[in-house]
Amino acid sequence: MNRSSMWEAVSGIIKRDLLLAMRRRSDAAMSVFFLVIVASLFPLGVGPEPAVLRTIGPGVLWVAALLACLLSLSRVFTADYVDGALEQMVLVPQPLAVLVAGKVFAHWLISGLPVVLLSPLLGLQFGLDGDPLGVLALSLLLGTPTLSMIGAIGAALVLGVRGSGLLVALLVLPLYVPVLIFGAGAVTGSMAGVGGEANLSLLGASLVLSLFLAPWATAAAIRIALE
Amino acid sequence: MQWGSASEFFAMGGYGLYVWTSFIATALCMGWEVLALWRRRAAARAEQRAELLGDTDETTA
Amino acid sequence: MNWSKYSAPQAFYPLAGRLIPWFAVVAVALMGVGLYMGFFVAPTDFQQGESYRIIFVHVPAAWMSMFLYVVMAIWAGVGMGLNARLSFMMAQAIAPTGAMFTFLALLTGAMWGKPTWGAWWVWDARLTSELILLFQYAGVMLLRTSIDDMRRADRSSAVFSLVGVVNVPIIYFSVQWWNTLHQGASVSMSTGSKMAATMLMAMLIMTVAFWLYSIAVVLARVRCIVVERDSLPVWDEKPAVSQEVAEVR
Repeated sequence: MNRSSMWEAVSGIIKRDLLLAMRRRSDAAMSVFFLVIVASLFPLGVGPEPAVLRTIGPGVLWVAALLACLLSLSRVFTADYVDGALEQMVLVPQPLAVLVAGKVFAHWLISGLPVVLLSPLLGLQFGLDGDPLGVLALSLLLGTPTLSMIGAIGAALVLGVRGSGLLVALLVLPLYVPVLIFGAGAVTGSMAGVGGEANLSLLGASLVLSLFLAPWATAAAIRIALE
Repeated sequence: MQWGSASEFFAMGGYGLYVWTSFIATALCMGWEVLALWRRRAAARAEQRAELLGDTDETTA
Repeated sequence: MNWSKYSAPQAFYPLAGRLIPWFAVVAVALMGVGLYMGFFVAPTDFQQGESYRIIFVHVPAAWMSMFLYVVMAIWAGVGMGLNARLSFMMAQAIAPTGAMFTFLALLTGAMWGKPTWGAWWVWDARLTSELILLFQYAGVMLLRTSIDDMRRADRSSAVFSLVGVVNVPIIYFSVQWWNTLHQGASVSMSTGSKMAATMLMAMLIMTVAFWLYSIAVVLARVRCIVVERDSLPVWDEKPAVSQEVAEVR
């Protein structure tokens, strides 16, 4: 099998998933709305004190982004699992892990990228400005693909399992902890004037690690689910 | 041996509550685990026995 | 001796039955020795007073919780690699004991932290990793119980435990990193550089005792799992049941 056929297969999968998502735009919009609502609830619960909001802002926004990603996870594989497309993906000559990476990338474009683009706006709600806003968006840009990558493992593990919505949260949230720490840490660091570079590079390292490992684990989980 | 009396031993230099809670909780957890396994084993065996005896009933009937 | 024959559950079942009493007896004996050393031989710590004696259960429980997770992941990996049912059963049997030790490590950690740090809970790297470890044990067990098909349950929980084994060290270092960033009080669970030899000895003896206890309990649980999964022949060293069955026949 040559390189170009693999690339064709991956880009085909990405195009197909994006097309499907365009047909059901409300699905993609939902996780964004969820993020906005959650982020707006916190000031109402904690109180409008600007200093407090600035302190909790990075953490709250990151947790909200993480939950939004979690909510959209069930969409990565479920439709393909139900209509049998996933079974055909296992049978094609291209390695399943690579195809999985394509699917996860499409999923990130649909549900992760809007979160990244929206985050500076939400940051304003929490009184962030200037550098921290940019670092927030950058940290989410590096972090949300990792969340999608790790989340895909959980999504594949619970395919067709009863109570899968809650179960995937229990499985995936512990795995999200390092990304949350690095991501929120980058924003906090830049607010404190330390700069977010160190945390951002750790986020980048997490992304590379998850890019190398997560597709294989996801592919293994899909094979197990389809047996 | 640094304990003058039994009450001194149980007081643990004022930290008795923390020390004994830790040790008793550990003992309880382990004891509970062993007990739970014991009962699980008994249940598994009873079921297996019922299955085997049930099978013979069917064949004799 | 041909060990590979014990990879079959039928052959392993009686072997485990013969081994359990030995591990149990030695574990209980060592616990007795360890507790005696811990309470009567080890001196009072000059900094922490008597509260440090909690480490005689805390440290072994914490070590076992991590060690058992790794062992569970290894069995899971062996099961995936060799397609061996017994390996998956071992992994399944280890999870509850590991979760129990994780819980105990957290509980005794809180008991140690209150008098030492003045707080039941501190977000230090070790406690946080233990907490996440508990979540992962819960995830492994919940994933298994949610899947009805035994083969898939085995494999899926194996994949998750292998992913988790990568996660725990990352969490440990990330929390440590996070603590340095937040300039949290430089808290340390170790009892300082000066640890009397008898203290260390008592701690090590308790660790070995917990380890042997874990082996005994896990073997007993594997036996239960074997009986529950393959409820066919009676692989019992005591022929009571088979005799009874024969009589009825």
